[in-house]
Amino acid sequence: MSKLKVATVWLDGCSGCHMSFLDMDERLLELAELIEIVYSPIVDAKEFPGEVDIALVEGAVASVDDEKKIKKVRAHTRTLVAMGDCAVAGNVPSMRNPFGPEAILNRAYIENTTTQQQIPCVVVPNLLKVVRPIHEFVKVDIFLPGCPPSANTLYTVLTALATGQPVDISSLTRFGA
Amino acid sequence: MTDAVEVKTLIIDDQEVSARRGQTILEVAREHDIHIPTLCHVEGLSNVGACRLCLVEIKGSNKLLPACVATVFEGMEVVTNSERLRRHRRTILELLFAERNHICSVCVSNGHCELQTLAQEQGLTHVRMPYRNPQLSVDASHDRFTADHNRCILCTRCVRVCAEIEGAHVWDVMGRGINSIVITDLHQDWGSSTCTRCGKCVQVCPTGALFEKSKIGTDNPKNPDFLPYLNLMREAR
Amino acid sequence: MTIEELEQIAESVRRENANFDYEVSVCMDLACASQGSDKLRDALLRSAEASGKKVLVRRTGCMGPCSHGPLVRVDPDKTLYGHVSPGRAQGIVDSLGGEPVAELQCELNEHFDSQMRVVLENAGYIDPEKIDDYIAREGYKALVTVLMEMTPGGVIHRITESGLRGRGGGGYPTGLKWGTVAKAAGDVKYVVCNGDEGDPGAFMDRSVMEGDPHRVIEGMALAAYAVGASKGYIYVRAEYPIAVSRLTMALREARRRGLLGINICNTPFSFDIEIRLGAGAFVCGEETALIASIEGKRGTPRPRPPYPAVSGLWGKPTLINNVETYANIPPIIRNGGKWFSSMGSERSKGTKVFALTGKIANTGLVEVPMGIKLRQIIEVIGGGVPPGHTLKAVQTGGPSGGCIPAEMLDIGVSYDALMAAGSIMGSGGMIVMDDTSCMVNVARFFIEFCMTESCGKCIPCRAGTAQMYTLLTRICTGKGTMDDLALIEDLCVTVKETSLCGLGQTAPNPVLSTLKYFRSEYLEHIANKRCPAGVCHMHAGAEADVFAPAVSQEVVA
Repeated sequence: MSKLKVATVWLDGCSGCHMSFLDMDERLLELAELIEIVYSPIVDAKEFPGEVDIALVEGAVASVDDEKKIKKVRAHTRTLVAMGDCAVAGNVPSMRNPFGPEAILNRAYIENTTTQQQIPCVVVPNLLKVVRPIHEFVKVDIFLPGCPPSANTLYTVLTALATGQPVDISSLTRFGA
Repeated sequence: MTDAVEVKTLIIDDQEVSARRGQTILEVAREHDIHIPTLCHVEGLSNVGACRLCLVEIKGSNKLLPACVATVFEGMEVVTNSERLRRHRRTILELLFAERNHICSVCVSNGHCELQTLAQEQGLTHVRMPYRNPQLSVDASHDRFTADHNRCILCTRCVRVCAEIEGAHVWDVMGRGINSIVITDLHQDWGSSTCTRCGKCVQVCPTGALFEKSKIGTDNPKNPDFLPYLNLMREAR
Repeated sequence: MTIEELEQIAESVRRENANFDYEVSVCMDLACASQGSDKLRDALLRSAEASGKKVLVRRTGCMGPCSHGPLVRVDPDKTLYGHVSPGRAQGIVDSLGGEPVAELQCELNEHFDSQMRVVLENAGYIDPEKIDDYIAREGYKALVTVLMEMTPGGVIHRITESGLRGRGGGGYPTGLKWGTVAKAAGDVKYVVCNGDEGDPGAFMDRSVMEGDPHRVIEGMALAAYAVGASKGYIYVRAEYPIAVSRLTMALREARRRGLLGINICNTPFSFDIEIRLGAGAFVCGEETALIASIEGKRGTPRPRPPYPAVSGLWGKPTLINNVETYANIPPIIRNGGKWFSSMGSERSKGTKVFALTGKIANTGLVEVPMGIKLRQIIEVIGGGVPPGHTLKAVQTGGPSGGCIPAEMLDIGVSYDALMAAGSIMGSGGMIVMDDTSCMVNVARFFIEFCMTESCGKCIPCRAGTAQMYTLLTRICTGKGTMDDLALIEDLCVTVKETSLCGLGQTAPNPVLSTLKYFRSEYLEHIANKRCPAGVCHMHAGAEADVFAPAVSQEVVA
């Protein structure tokens, strides 16, 4: 049996879900028998591969870059997993929604800075007016709520996916878990 | 036979149970360890039938009845957990999550929230609707408590406990429809209101909307269990 | 007060009227009044006085075809004039006794001939501020006769026999409701008149309350006698100031004549009515919310049972009927239940008043026998849609109703037929739409109405209507997807099946019925970003969703 190609993607989130992924510790070695990480912020791959079996996406869609990225991921992925509350529900990144991006940028780059007060407009991608969960942009196959979903949850879900077993997400995790 | 002991026999989820006349379906179900999800109901306060999570099916009728207020009748057959009911319950919970800014991960009640627990229990893993992200205030004017309207689900437990148990009627609802909010007095700050500082509203609040300052739910979970006891003491007087 | 005394009053009114050769009636209802019919009446009075002719100039309630207003009718010739400006008063008075003023004449024979007037029998013929005018047209005869000759049970029997069903929208059999309240235990009972008419485009109840207020009072008194109540409330919305003042005046006159108050007609029956003003919440038309509002509480519904018939106002058995229902009572008592049940269709008896509005020639109030074909109302009575346009749909039942497509115009107007077509009878709003109406936009309009009028108590109505509005707005602006449409359909089911009161339970109807009959319009909005009727502004484009900060000078440099 060939190994499943797994990618992990980091959009607007705190990387906590990726930390949780690493928290699988020695179980990562067991997983390595079943899966192969082909793209991730924690491996050295620059381009998203052409064919991926499972993509774990952390983070909400907050910028035009995120939107482009998630659409590309979807186009090359068989099973797309929304990993963690940001991807599932917007979570902390979406807390700016009631105020709008201008207020947030002003706070970060003008009010709280003493030198070179200016809102970046060239290097940093433009923000979307509203931060939204990824399923508002692309079809999501599995939702894993949790902030972050525990290492145990990730392990259970990944092994279930790799072995084709059904899994009851709600028995493992919840919003804010 | 007097009214008080008149017995009704009915079936809840294929289980034959007996009940006293005038009992609600919810009361009878709980006596027999049959779980019906609730949110606006809390033992010891009046029922308003507002959250619609306790809706049950009655065989022979297409109408769904709120178990918290619908009373039993002889020969009634109740279904508390059909696919149709589960679908409605999930949709109602989704509506609540999308209505205001419920960010579980940063909430004082994370881990002790009835809304969060219900979502997990009902198998809700995501919300299909667009989040409304309203801009709502946080009233921290009270020296002991805070009201965060972003987390309020308008169950009106605070309104009822304040009026019915404490007898102060500080809380009430203002506005209509999607713009409704709970207010203290005539929309004064909580801190300068006629609040008696009893804290019952905080204890009955199912979410993190009302909380005690400088305490988080993990150390200090809410506990509305004092209500039946208070009512019992009152009846004894 | 006895039958003889009533007859004396009627006789004196007739004698007084006989002094005049001509009666000129001016419609002073809102639509005509807003076009200056008060000035017209003054001008007519002046011209009549100067002419030396024996002319009675009378103010009346709504005559019906509002789009032709201001309306003037000249009797005994029965000439109807439309669009009469005050400047025309002299000409009309001059024409009396000669040829009518041809260019002002309305040819509306077809419009009136297809109608059947029971509730509106006095509208346009009496001065609503004069109780004697009402008495002269058999007013209060039913009440006095009942008090002298009939038992409460007899009254209920007659109403049951008539087959009258509630005119507020639900269509619950009136006799049955009265019987329940009459049987309910308790010595204090209440009778309530629901005048909280709020459907967009509907004004039947307003016209009855303004044009013939005593009819409502008499109906309520009869109901009170039948169910054993001694206190009544009329709940009118404060947006109807004329109705409120007419009713107040009518109550005062009725009391003065001894037709309200203690020991009416020297019988043990005592009954009086108080007016309560609604503060503009649509949901207060729902009976449990209405009760809460009368009690001085926040107007929100509560779960039923217990029904108001058992536990209503202040926990007492309470009879709640709509204005039009009460207005039907006096003629039923006078003419018998069989007379009433001879009109209408199999399961919907009598007549129904509709407020005809929208893209149609003769807008206004019409009263038709139940069972009449929708086509006849639209094409004959209403005069059809404007030339060059085609009829698309008829919306009945207000925000709780649905849209009936043009292909189904041959259904008969009855509670059951409208229900089967996915709409409801409702209180009687009827909005005609032609090819310039976008059905998605219409659905969105009604959902917006329900969203703003939701009381906020139960979750599905409060948040569900708001979500549906958001999703429909997406579709109307070219941003909708098929997933949004599926979600809307899902929400329709949940809001309909789980909402606490009628407002929420029926709120999805406009969406469901337009989806049923006009799905292609939704799909056109979604797939091709095009509004077939050209109503919606499609400005799809991702730019609107992105915040692009202005490029600062430093960076450019």
